[in-house]
Amino acid sequence: MSLTDTGASVQAADNPPPGPGRARRGLTERLLAVRELSLLIALAALILVTTLRNDRFLSGQSIKDLLLGCAILVILAVGQTLVIVTRNVDLSVGSILGLVAFATGELFLAAPGTPWPLALLLGVALGAVCGVVNGGLIAVAKVPALVITLGTLYAFRGVDYYWAAGRQINAADMPRSFLRLGNQTVLGVPVLFLVALIVVAAVGFYLRSYRSGRELYAIGSEPAAARLSGIPVGRRVFAVFVANGALAGLAGVLYAARFGTLDAAAGTGLELQVVAAAVVGGVAIFGGSGSAYGAALGAVLLTTIGSSLAVLRIDPFWQQAVVGALILAAIGLDRLLALRMAARLRGRSAHGA
Amino acid sequence: MSTYRRLRAGATALTLATLLLGSAACGGTTRENSGTDSGAGAQASGAANPDAKLKEGLKIAFLPKQVNNPYFTTSDNGGKDAVTEIKGEFKEVGPSEASASSQVSYINTLSQQGMDVIVTSANDPNAICGALNQAKAAGAKIVTFDSDTKPECRQIFVNQVTAEGIAESQVKLISQQIGGEGEIAILSATANATNQNAWIALMKEELKKPEYSKIKLVTVAYGNDDDQKSFQETQGLLQSYPNLKGIISPTTVGVAAAARYLSGSQYKGKVKLTGLGTPNQMREYVKDGTVDAFALWNPADLGYLAAYAGAALASGQITGAEGDKFTAGKLGEFAVGKDGVVVLGPPTVFDKNNIDQFQF
Repeated sequence: MSLTDTGASVQAADNPPPGPGRARRGLTERLLAVRELSLLIALAALILVTTLRNDRFLSGQSIKDLLLGCAILVILAVGQTLVIVTRNVDLSVGSILGLVAFATGELFLAAPGTPWPLALLLGVALGAVCGVVNGGLIAVAKVPALVITLGTLYAFRGVDYYWAAGRQINAADMPRSFLRLGNQTVLGVPVLFLVALIVVAAVGFYLRSYRSGRELYAIGSEPAAARLSGIPVGRRVFAVFVANGALAGLAGVLYAARFGTLDAAAGTGLELQVVAAAVVGGVAIFGGSGSAYGAALGAVLLTTIGSSLAVLRIDPFWQQAVVGALILAAIGLDRLLALRMAARLRGRSAHGA
Repeated sequence: MSTYRRLRAGATALTLATLLLGSAACGGTTRENSGTDSGAGAQASGAANPDAKLKEGLKIAFLPKQVNNPYFTTSDNGGKDAVTEIKGEFKEVGPSEASASSQVSYINTLSQQGMDVIVTSANDPNAICGALNQAKAAGAKIVTFDSDTKPECRQIFVNQVTAEGIAESQVKLISQQIGGEGEIAILSATANATNQNAWIALMKEELKKPEYSKIKLVTVAYGNDDDQKSFQETQGLLQSYPNLKGIISPTTVGVAAAARYLSGSQYKGKVKLTGLGTPNQMREYVKDGTVDAFALWNPADLGYLAAYAGAALASGQITGAEGDKFTAGKLGEFAVGKDGVVVLGPPTVFDKNNIDQFQF
């Protein structure tokens, strides 16, 4: 479990005095635990700058929009965290979301009276089935998840295309109660965001406090060592893909409720945004490090960037470049901190000898 | 609405086409040699005879890009209505997938069956040219609609709408909805979309007219034909321009996403939205009061007009040369423009009074 770091430790590593370093490390280590802090600061700065330019950015409607806008990406990013932590990646989430979203629409077309909680459950189940396909293929073929899920990205989308056959499902085809789910608020907080919060809290707690959750980090840090120490690596990885599929399914149902217009192309290209959100949120792409909270904040940050660029009226040609630069900065920072940490650990063991 | 029409020449001028069309029009005389017989004995000479009566018993086949696609089902049914009116025989065939070469075998079969008219929407401007030319040689008249082939492969292209028609109708709609003055914005697809940019440029021209002098276009936003991005851009527009009165979204994805956003926000009914959308996707938002009216061409009229154009060709009323005129039943009189293009006219406007008559 490599720990990521904040600026304070960089300073400590730059100048490693044997005595006071220990005290400072105490503080550093406490800050280490909250890599999320730097994300919050970045988020606050972004909101502040945007609000200074346009004070309507902090109006009630705008905050509601921000929370609504990030909910689906948050759920997907948290699911992806489970996978990435084990040194895998799931590129098929966009296709799973699209397939489940269309299936939800079809369900309402075929049985207009279906209560939405049932639709939600069926969507999660279908997503989990897709996850089983991913996990099963990876377990059987023993090929990197990147390759398998690249394949299922097209396979699931293909099934979706075949099923949809050029049709579109529209808001008028779905019950009002279901569509309201996409807009409704409880005490001013959108329902979609509350669902996302529950997912974040559950996954975050699991990763932090459950034995099997900790084992996922061990698998991602060094799969061979994890296997030798008796962790059922294959089973854990399989379970992680099923869980991620189920969460993508949940996101798919919510997508249907939120956007109301569905065709076979729903969610195309979303997988890259999801991976980006997780990486920006401090989940190391090589596994073994990162938290659900960080990934969720990464998703919020990316969504907020999208919204604030629109409010700041930045040239649309620049918007994608800005997002790309941010991802590169996040990865660069991660790498830098890892190197500093390694150097410091070497320094400490040399001192101890 | 539908009888009102405005004809415009196609944007791309292929001077060669007129020449080629002239020779293609002689195709009718080779019909006797091909040994096929339609029973109607369609004979078209090189010159159009505007007084010729529409023949009865014409065999008219519709070959859409794809069968089971609601858009083409609607347009083919429009064609069927027209064929019934002129007492012809209607037939619809087509592939189940809209791939470039899938239509070739259907064209060959239709030509062997001695069709008088083949009305098709091309999946690819080049791929079906060979087969269409053979069908022409066998005596069939070729009409394309919705998507054209190269001009030399057909006699008439029935274009749904011109860029100018779209720009005029969109600006007129938003002007009516916001009461002729105030700030408006455009929510487009991608910043690089050729047709969108052409329409936007024409809308800007249109807005220079004196009757729109009090309307100010503040910006163009790009939703990339993506739901999430279109949501964000709509939000951005509303926050950046507190006095915004209306949004034009000339893309089906954008207008539906913007409508969905507005319907769940405090701006519902206060900020007007119009654009190009299908009645099915917009029905909910028209009924809940988010959207007053929007536009799109009527695919049924498109098929109807294409069938009449084909019948006029097969009856010798027109040859497909520029300036030829024919009457298309309830839609009124149409003239053939440059390159054999016939334009359906300005888009149909959908609002709460008529939206339930349309299913596509």
